[in-house]
Amino acid sequence: MGIREDIFDRVRRNQPAAITHPAVPDFTRLAKADLISTFAKSLEIMAGVLIDSPPGDFGTFLRRKFPKAKTICSAVPEYAGTSRPEDYPAWSDAAKIDVSIVRSPMGVAETGSVLLSEDDLRVNTIAFLAHDIVVLLDPEKIVENIHVAYQHPAFKERAYSVLMSGPSGSADIGGKEVHPAQGVMTLTVVLWPERADR
Amino acid sequence: MNIPPTVDQAANAARFIADRAHEQYFDTLMWSLREARDRSASEVPEWEQLRDLASEIKEHTLSHLAEYLEQFEASAKRNGVTVHWAHDAYEHNQIVADILSRHGAKHLIKSKSMLTEECDLRRYLENRGVTVTETDLGERIQQLDDEPPAHIVGPAFQKRPQDVARVFAKAYGSDTNNSDPVYLAHEMRKHTRPLIEQADAGMTGANFAVAETGAVVTVTNEGNADLSGNVPKLRICSVGIEKIIPTNRDLAVFIRLLSRSAIGMPITQYTSHFRAPRQGGEMHIILVDNGRATRLGMEKFWPSLKCIRCGACMNTCPVYRRSGGLSYGSTYMGPIGIIMMPTFDIRRFSELPFSSTLNGSCSNVCPVKINIHEQIYAWRGVMDEKHQIKLAKKGAMVAAGEVLSHPDLYRIATSATETAFKLLPRFVIYNELNAWGKHREAPAPAKQTFHQWYKEHRLKA
Amino acid sequence: MQVGLVIPCYLDVFYPEVGIATVELLERLGVEVDYPFDQTCCGQPMANSGCEADSRATEEHFIRLFSRFEYIVIPSGSCTHHVRNKFIAAPPSPEREHVSQHVYELIEFLHDVLKVKEFPWGEFPHKVALHNSCSAVRGLHMASMSERVHDPAFNKPKALLQGIKGIELVDFARHDECCGFGGTFSATEEAVSSRMGYDKLGFIQASQPEYIVSSDMSCLMHLQGCARRLGSGVKFRHVAEILNGSRQ
Repeated sequence: MGIREDIFDRVRRNQPAAITHPAVPDFTRLAKADLISTFAKSLEIMAGVLIDSPPGDFGTFLRRKFPKAKTICSAVPEYAGTSRPEDYPAWSDAAKIDVSIVRSPMGVAETGSVLLSEDDLRVNTIAFLAHDIVVLLDPEKIVENIHVAYQHPAFKERAYSVLMSGPSGSADIGGKEVHPAQGVMTLTVVLWPERADR
Repeated sequence: MNIPPTVDQAANAARFIADRAHEQYFDTLMWSLREARDRSASEVPEWEQLRDLASEIKEHTLSHLAEYLEQFEASAKRNGVTVHWAHDAYEHNQIVADILSRHGAKHLIKSKSMLTEECDLRRYLENRGVTVTETDLGERIQQLDDEPPAHIVGPAFQKRPQDVARVFAKAYGSDTNNSDPVYLAHEMRKHTRPLIEQADAGMTGANFAVAETGAVVTVTNEGNADLSGNVPKLRICSVGIEKIIPTNRDLAVFIRLLSRSAIGMPITQYTSHFRAPRQGGEMHIILVDNGRATRLGMEKFWPSLKCIRCGACMNTCPVYRRSGGLSYGSTYMGPIGIIMMPTFDIRRFSELPFSSTLNGSCSNVCPVKINIHEQIYAWRGVMDEKHQIKLAKKGAMVAAGEVLSHPDLYRIATSATETAFKLLPRFVIYNELNAWGKHREAPAPAKQTFHQWYKEHRLKA
Repeated sequence: MQVGLVIPCYLDVFYPEVGIATVELLERLGVEVDYPFDQTCCGQPMANSGCEADSRATEEHFIRLFSRFEYIVIPSGSCTHHVRNKFIAAPPSPEREHVSQHVYELIEFLHDVLKVKEFPWGEFPHKVALHNSCSAVRGLHMASMSERVHDPAFNKPKALLQGIKGIELVDFARHDECCGFGGTFSATEEAVSSRMGYDKLGFIQASQPEYIVSSDMSCLMHLQGCARRLGSGVKFRHVAEILNGSRQ
């Protein structure tokens, strides 16, 4: 018997008596008006930074926030940047990026998370190897909690998707969360309504 | 043939406790995680309902595991993933080595996977000329120090920052006197980043594997699974067969429970879903049994397969916190370790079920409601049935069983009060008679037993 | 009302005063107390060591003596938890069922069955730290547990003690962490057991009580042993003694 068949055989023989699959509710209770403020609070807990409206001059904003940044990789039409994701066919080269600019299709109020997938990143590593990341998020696209978040089609359709909640960190030394760890040093979310022509 | 001895957890714990400052540091740190968990759970009014759901979802899945494994495999294959099956650690390691060698891959980066610890993968690959770099900070610290993980969520939790500084000074030439965790995390990043960029292959474990989509889900704070899984073109995911859950709707329940239970955070920084290979890449999933199918058939112990590896049980366990995670001599430690390890090697871990006061705190923090303390108790019975209990202890229990079932023998044994202390502890404690007295005064036998008082003052003639 | 009284083996030998206080207290409350003289033990020491077969005869003996009672009362949380929830060494029988379902810990019996609200003979003008055993809290649900953060708080031993004139109950950190006794654990894992006991005393004594009180004498036996070795003068009493009118 092949390994697979042998494992299946043993599993089938040993399975306990059938137990029902429970129905999982959505557990939503917030008013729509509270989604943004809840998202802001949650993002702060996860050490992310929130800019609550599009900066007048995005370039100036970036220069002030990241004065040392030379390579700005933009995956969004709202800003040109100095490079696009397509400029990094070798995904490990994304390490050269100082700041990545991406747009997330969904935020989660409960946890301050933003969803990103290969649709938004095109080269996934621009979200991890870059020094810092700025995420544009349409405030209308903030859902209440994780239950609602997992109903987004990305989780069924995308090859890779991530709920990113704050910058990379670690609590492995001394049990206290410190930043940075292996990924981005800072995460900034800019609440920026999506252009209708997109 | 070298038969590994039975782990003497009590002796290991005594050694850990002897270093009072270190033990106190560890106990305080672990308890702070328990408190963080409590605060986090308080923020979720439906917390107990989520625990019920999580438990039921897992029990449902395990009771239909074959069906869900089939569904997961079919979904993964549709996604362009190659699915492998492994009976045990050896087969798993062979498959990994084979995939790497077919691609000429010599340098592997990996994120944390307790399954790969079970399989001792790193050593297997290193013996075959493959460099393995752990990208999880805690795992990396332990790797550099050649020590196994002391905790399933924070492998290096038992090390104080100054201990980590010492390890990094030796490995990286960093400042041995700088134990600031931010500085040390920077050192890790500085030295690991080039290794990540140059890796030929990346490996992750799986916190969950979703049957309806074929996705492997990882949960990290560092994003090291995202790095390991995205930077190289070749991605391998090791998945224990008990990690399967039916749908994304189910996944939401576990994501809400996991990091709150583990370290008191609402979510980890990166909750990642690997469904298909990256562009121009290849993705392999290895589904591993390694005793899980057998454990599934154990009437009293199969619920241990619900475990989502949050570590809450060890954070709350008063014995774990004072013993240190390395005292168990096992891949999984603390309460969950006690009920899982005997299924891997009943002789080696025959004493673990006694490293517990049966206080029940573990079962009440477990997000998937594993009845851990009840299983610990049941394992004690199994050890007795399988003659794994030390001879002296067994002898004392047989003697106790005799005396305590014969009222006249019992009254004789307890009546002579000077000898009561000498005799009674043989019923209650089997060990050297001075074990109690190492750090405690012994209770003084009363001048008159209750039996004697009752006879004198109440018993009707 | 008649109860069958169980006095655990370690109370019999080391703390008969707890048994005496229990008898006197129940009699004061109008209960007819029957103490089957041939009783020995509930079988817990052997069962907790996994040696079920060795506890069988003891459990069968217990069942024979107590199956005739509607109320079986034990001033010990750990023994009650064992008889109610782990009494499986003896083969299943209607008598075994009956015993498991009709056993009460003393405080449970006073609080839930007799529903005693006052102890007019009681006075205990001292600062007291109340320690509830893990058997009482997580085994018998005599008090809410800290792990279940949304449960409404309740504490049966505390509720009864609060009716005692002059008593001052103090809080302390890690209030329902295990004291470290654990039965045979206290000797088989002596280092951890005594470390836990020392730590527990540390947390309790930060609130400077005069007395440490519990409805489980096994925990107190362990904590008292630790306290005496540490040279601490803190005193120990079983809840029954205070409810029975002990002034100190």
